[in-house]
Amino acid sequence: MSIELKNVTYTYSPGTAYEIHALKNINLTIPDGQFIGMIGHTGSGKSTLIQHFNALIRPTSGTVLYNGEDVWAENYNRKNLRSQVGLVFQYPEHQLFESDVLSDVCFGPVNQGLSREEAEEEARKALLQVGFKEKNFRKSPFELSGGQKKRVAIAGVLAMNPKILILDEPTAGLDPKGRDEILDQIAELHFARGITIVLVSHSMEDVAKYVERLIVVNRGELPFDGTPKEVFSHYKELETMGLAAPQITYIMHALKEKGLKVESGVTTIPEAREEILKALREAGSPLLKGGQEK
Amino acid sequence: MIRDITIGQYYPADSVIHRLDPRTKLAGTLIFIVSIFLFHTIPGYAVATVFLAAAIKISKVPVKFIFKGLKAIFFILLITMVFNMLLTPGEPLWSFGILKITKEGISMAVRMAIRLIYLVIGSSLMTLTTTPNQLTDGLEKSLRPLNKIHVPVHEIAMMMSIALRFIPILLEETDKIMKAQIARGADFESGNLIQKVKSMVPLLVPLFISAFRRANDLAMAMEARCYHGGEHRTQMKPLQYKKRDRLAYLVLLCYLAVAAVFRFAGI
Amino acid sequence: MGIIKAVKLGFDYFKYDEDGNVQDTQRAVDNVNIDIQEGEFVAVLGHNGSGKSTLAKHINALLLPTEGTIWIDGMDTLKEPELWKIRQKAGMVFQNPDNQIIGTVVEEDVGFGPENMGVPTEDIWKRVEESLEKTGMTAYRHHSPNKLSGGQKQRVAIAGVMAMRPRCIVLDEPTAMLDPNGRKEVLEAVRQLNRQEKVTVVLITHYMEEVIHADHVYVMDEGHVVMEGTPREIFSQVETLKKYRLDVPQVTLLAYELKKSGVGLPDGILTTEELVNILCQ
Repeated sequence: MSIELKNVTYTYSPGTAYEIHALKNINLTIPDGQFIGMIGHTGSGKSTLIQHFNALIRPTSGTVLYNGEDVWAENYNRKNLRSQVGLVFQYPEHQLFESDVLSDVCFGPVNQGLSREEAEEEARKALLQVGFKEKNFRKSPFELSGGQKKRVAIAGVLAMNPKILILDEPTAGLDPKGRDEILDQIAELHFARGITIVLVSHSMEDVAKYVERLIVVNRGELPFDGTPKEVFSHYKELETMGLAAPQITYIMHALKEKGLKVESGVTTIPEAREEILKALREAGSPLLKGGQEK
Repeated sequence: MIRDITIGQYYPADSVIHRLDPRTKLAGTLIFIVSIFLFHTIPGYAVATVFLAAAIKISKVPVKFIFKGLKAIFFILLITMVFNMLLTPGEPLWSFGILKITKEGISMAVRMAIRLIYLVIGSSLMTLTTTPNQLTDGLEKSLRPLNKIHVPVHEIAMMMSIALRFIPILLEETDKIMKAQIARGADFESGNLIQKVKSMVPLLVPLFISAFRRANDLAMAMEARCYHGGEHRTQMKPLQYKKRDRLAYLVLLCYLAVAAVFRFAGI
Repeated sequence: MGIIKAVKLGFDYFKYDEDGNVQDTQRAVDNVNIDIQEGEFVAVLGHNGSGKSTLAKHINALLLPTEGTIWIDGMDTLKEPELWKIRQKAGMVFQNPDNQIIGTVVEEDVGFGPENMGVPTEDIWKRVEESLEKTGMTAYRHHSPNKLSGGQKQRVAIAGVMAMRPRCIVLDEPTAMLDPNGRKEVLEAVRQLNRQEKVTVVLITHYMEEVIHADHVYVMDEGHVVMEGTPREIFSQVETLKKYRLDVPQVTLLAYELKKSGVGLPDGILTTEELVNILCQ
């Protein structure tokens, strides 16, 4: 079970003066069960890339395989593919249209051919899974807050029971608490339901905190693909691509330069705390005395 | 297909046509439209073609860009042609039951097609070479006499200019919503007419809501920037006829005269 | 009295039933007192729905108080018959870059405000050129706004406000829809205006990194101002901020975590340099 891209190239308006090579000879495998992050600045080609995963865009050349089958083969059921590979667009709350939440979430399952009752069953499950309260199921989606709308929109894709869920900046426009809540919910979908997640994000801190594999998109190519630690160790190159490492990584590098013996590849706060505490203890730092040692 | 609509898109370039006063261009477009209804013979259409081709050439707008606009009216064109072909009485060439194609029908259909195509090309050329703001300024100034009979000319002009600015944004949005709903299993293509209309609901509702939200935001942004109607308003680019405009008017009048002569002489 | 002063400001949103009668009121801003001095860089923090946008719209007289008073440069927004005089003093930049640009060419959009104010033509051109210069958008003056990046669009919006020569500029979450580069770009433009042109800035945001350099920070929750002080004072209260659905910059959070684990650090560390210098002394 996997998505595989082989030599995928995509060109906008080929043969005209406006020709843009959005993707250049991409080779990529998304195996089952991974939690993947994807970063790249606006216009890097990441939106074009993720739309290849569920056959919304047909590559100019190259092949896209799902479970070994060419999704652009003549008799391939792309509608079925789209329910296996769920794609949540940026600002998904702008796509809500039904008069109540439950009906809106039913849209996907009904399109899959389920009866209204079956669809409602799936919709309920999906809504509860994203932490949406049952008492609000009959509310109009337009009365909800931004964070709640976003949950409903994600549930709308989740209700189709996808094996892979791709989310394009699901936290855009949310406040810090709302952002953490949505990301925690997504992580739970991954760990509890085993769904493969591809999280497109602008926040280095968020991807460092959640994902196990990080893919960098730049000018239609994939210059880095590895664990967040590996990728962020190239922070100098990332900066030339309009990206950066998490702030924590910069702090660790600065500490190391000033002589504190810390591992500079650290990307998250808990790791950094442990590293710094260890280094301070080894150095016998006066800062530790008088504190309430655990 | 929706990306192909060129009316309302400005193509920045440095050409005489771009620099003409919008009122001149409005008048020019009007005269051109009148002319294609005056002309009704092959030599006549040849004159119109030369005139249009010359204008396109001078405007420096790529020809491809102009023709893209025609894709959007393909269906209207087809329907017009079919109706004209079937419904014009005259000498029948082919008939099947109550349907019959006449010689006059074909000639009418071809004429209508040419007129429609030239009309679209002519007006696209105007919008491609005139920023919507200039266009509205031109309209506002040309129509100002109507203010006396309480037509809110300024407000109408402002609305038009805003509509033009938001067309590309809303088109992009339509594309995005469509894709998002396809990702949820929506089907915009198959099915009969009723099913197709029904399948548009998940597209149209979010689109309308977004349009209202944008309208609300924009109204606030305009107020925040001291917009309070057309009174006491000055202009950054006030309209003034230059020498080139007078020359353009001269060319236009000659062209109109030719068209009139052709009509009365029956050429 | 500062350039912006509010006393016991309150505002209700009304919800109407089908017959147009008031069905329900919702207090969006309640008993807010603020006093902002000319030339200051002030940040207003708060989660979505905390009332910070409602407060911002009062500064521009887009909303008028239900209770209390707000003065902009000495003008009471409830008593001023010509509201656009207030709007000219206090310009406003909104969240969505697409929904606030009126012109189809950058320079025409920048000229929109002065046109509305009745500024003579030559003067409009002067103002437009100045504003484009100040925001670094001169190279794009003939472009269509649709072809610009989000950060550039917001700079156009800022230029549009600057062309009205305001004393104060209110930015209502100007970076919420931008990527990190766009965010940096906009923030730098705003800081520069504040420093070089001495324009008073009121920045509404929920990105903590943008607040570090502010002179003064207000935190809002449920329509009230619940915290107030310098960034350092505010960010030394990590737990309180979390209660209001906000966070602190990563450095501050790391320092806070280290302190909890027994490292002797002061409260409210805001920058990497500060932390590094203390840890490596």
